[in-house]
Amino acid sequence: HRLSSNEKLMLASMFHSLFAIGSQLSPEVGSSGIEMLETDTFKLHCFQTLTGIKFMVLADPRQAGIDALLRKIYEIYSDFALKNPFYSLEMPIRCELFDQNLKQALEVAEKAGPFGPAS
Amino acid sequence: MSHLPGRKQENHKISRELFVLTYGALVAQLCKDYEKDEDVNTCLDRMGYGIGVRLIDDFLARSAVKKCRSYSETADVIAQVAFKMYLGVTPSVSCSSAAGNEFSLILDKNPLVDFVEELPAERTSLCYCNLLCGVIRGALEMVHLAAEVTFLQDRLKGDAVTEIGITFLRKAEDRKHKR
Repeated sequence: HRLSSNEKLMLASMFHSLFAIGSQLSPEVGSSGIEMLETDTFKLHCFQTLTGIKFMVLADPRQAGIDALLRKIYEIYSDFALKNPFYSLEMPIRCELFDQNLKQALEVAEKAGPFGPAS
Repeated sequence: MSHLPGRKQENHKISRELFVLTYGALVAQLCKDYEKDEDVNTCLDRMGYGIGVRLIDDFLARSAVKKCRSYSETADVIAQVAFKMYLGVTPSVSCSSAAGNEFSLILDKNPLVDFVEELPAERTSLCYCNLLCGVIRGALEMVHLAAEVTFLQDRLKGDAVTEIGITFLRKAEDRKHKR
């Protein structure tokens, strides 16, 4: 079953708080927030940039190469969202080039399967 | 520099001359729009800020720089990694306060002023490259570092060197959980 955009927004903002709680609960000083959440049917990977943006990927638990994918998505965001002057920060991204490049990156990662991308 | 899958391996270099001319055209237009030098300077700073808040993610995504642990490390990264990456020059860095929060970047070469020798008589307070100050300020703000960035000296104004001063203000608490 697919989540609606609103449901996604709500769940993401809940995760945003959990991420923060994660770093505060840690007995270690300067711990990161939740980077991975694992269930029996999927893994949620979260990468937070130094600017505070979080990229989250939900994947099959056996899927490899997600770290590389997250960093690639960061590049795609910094190119096709941030360098588009008509895109306003913090708004939903409705940029054709962003969508295209994101789709391509996901296809590459997916094809790689449990062993990670070949390159 | 990493290449995205699907991005054609074209030559991404554009002409440095075009860039310098574009910047010059921007400053010239602002000089037509505003009588006072201070207003032009403010406008350049504001534009630079708008660039900086976007450029920072490009910088972080491409340079894989780790979180800096001190102001000194931050100043070094700005001079040695960022300036190098975007302008092809490496200013020298020095700390100019005992408190360890004021730094000075001395620009030996500055591509923006390759073709400008001095300011016209009616524009003696113009900070020609003020866009750079805004860029640095905007970029730092997005990594939760408040700073004041200004030109302390400017060869275009007759000073011996061109010097950018960065003063880190109260360190923002680690607000990683807030955007």
